[in-house]
Amino acid sequence: MGEAIVITSGKGGVGKTTTSANIGTALALQGKRVCLVDTDIGLRNLDVVMGLENRIIYDLVDVVNERCKIHQALVKDKRFDDLLYLLPAAQTSDKTAVQPEQMKKLVDELKQEYDYIIIDCPAGIEQGYKNAVAGADKAIVVTTPEVSAVRDADRIIGLLEKEEGVEPPRLVINRIRNHMMENGDMLDVDEITTHLSIDLIGIVADDDEVIKASNHGEPIALNPNSKASIAYRNIARRILGESVPLQVLEEKQKGVFSKIKKFFGVK
Amino acid sequence: MKKTQNVLIKGTKDGLTLHLDDQCSYTELKRELNDKLSESSRLNEESPLITVKVKIGNRYLTDEQKEELHEFVRQKKNLVIDSIESNVLTKSEAERMKAEKEIVSVAKIVRSGQVLEVPGDLLLIGDVNPGGTVVAGGNIFVMGSLKGIAHAGAGGNTNAIISASEMMPTQLRISHHINRSPDIKEDVEKKDMECAYIDQNDQIVIDRLQVLIHLRPNLTTLEGGS
Repeated sequence: MGEAIVITSGKGGVGKTTTSANIGTALALQGKRVCLVDTDIGLRNLDVVMGLENRIIYDLVDVVNERCKIHQALVKDKRFDDLLYLLPAAQTSDKTAVQPEQMKKLVDELKQEYDYIIIDCPAGIEQGYKNAVAGADKAIVVTTPEVSAVRDADRIIGLLEKEEGVEPPRLVINRIRNHMMENGDMLDVDEITTHLSIDLIGIVADDDEVIKASNHGEPIALNPNSKASIAYRNIARRILGESVPLQVLEEKQKGVFSKIKKFFGVK
Repeated sequence: MKKTQNVLIKGTKDGLTLHLDDQCSYTELKRELNDKLSESSRLNEESPLITVKVKIGNRYLTDEQKEELHEFVRQKKNLVIDSIESNVLTKSEAERMKAEKEIVSVAKIVRSGQVLEVPGDLLLIGDVNPGGTVVAGGNIFVMGSLKGIAHAGAGGNTNAIISASEMMPTQLRISHHINRSPDIKEDVEKKDMECAYIDQNDQIVIDRLQVLIHLRPNLTTLEGGS
């Protein structure tokens, strides 16, 4: 029996879909059977990020309305040998086409066959969010080091805490720009975690490669040389229960002088 | 034998006190009250308004009956009811009074979009994050940091206070007074626990917690001992 993890954030554009795609890919790289579920009905794009758009025949709405069987709608990722699948969202309906109970039934069914169900949640806290959370056992909240994103993360954590059957959520801080954090122009990791007071499961640096990879339909986690890729792989290992230290984001070129300046609090 | 009087009028230095018997029927009482007041009010029509305290003993009056009594006495030109005192309470009133006196302790983080409301005093073991709101009929004590909105004395109690270990609220409200944080945020070092209260100028002010010992002695509920 697998477990279902919902990836959510409240705010849009913080990287839920990218995180879903990469955590899913990284888990598959670890040899787990993974099913990605896109619940952003009407605005699907997990399939685009995964590079699987052209293989879609049926979608989530077709499955819940019993127009097809689940396995007919699942899109297999050719890069993995029978490990990674995607259940795409419908593009022509809207969020009301699915009810939370139907989602729960669907996810429960998927849990029989897969080790991990990664549910990509739409932005917002309405119907789409409720559908996405309905079947989840665990939750990962994605935020960026911006006040607005942290505020929405706080809101969503409050809602998740009320959700029965969902474990306390864990946090991913995405798009960290190290130089800005050091200058104090951006909220730092400690500040965000104490504010939200939930466990941190990973930090991901802001990396141009992520956008480049997404545009090519190749999740960055497949490229072992990028910093963001290692970050996502670390998150996957933490999901599997390993204890992996947080990535050090500082660049090495720091000299003695800058350390002294930091020590005296000179910016 | 002469029937005992159901309505007794006594003069005190603050005005008149009406003692209403609690054994007779309400209609009987009204009739007698009418007679009594009609004869007495004739005497001093030119004099200023006299306040009347009504003591009704162990009788329970509904809100409509109280209103009727007010109306009744007001018709008697220079009389006005100041208060109606009864020895009895309904169960719901008693429960409400008890709830308003109680300190409710809650261990949680009040997050953005959440509202935590209690009838009495609130002891929050946790934080109030920005966008979160705590409302209390009485005082608010936050053991963690207060970054959202706190509304103490929501029922109109201007003596209510708000205290927090880290006082960085978006907005403070006590009774109907509202105060917001300054637009320019200065970097403050970690300070001691602080409290907010309404001062003599009707302004919400923030000060050290210890000033409350003198300003709000009624915060102490410990009885006896030393």
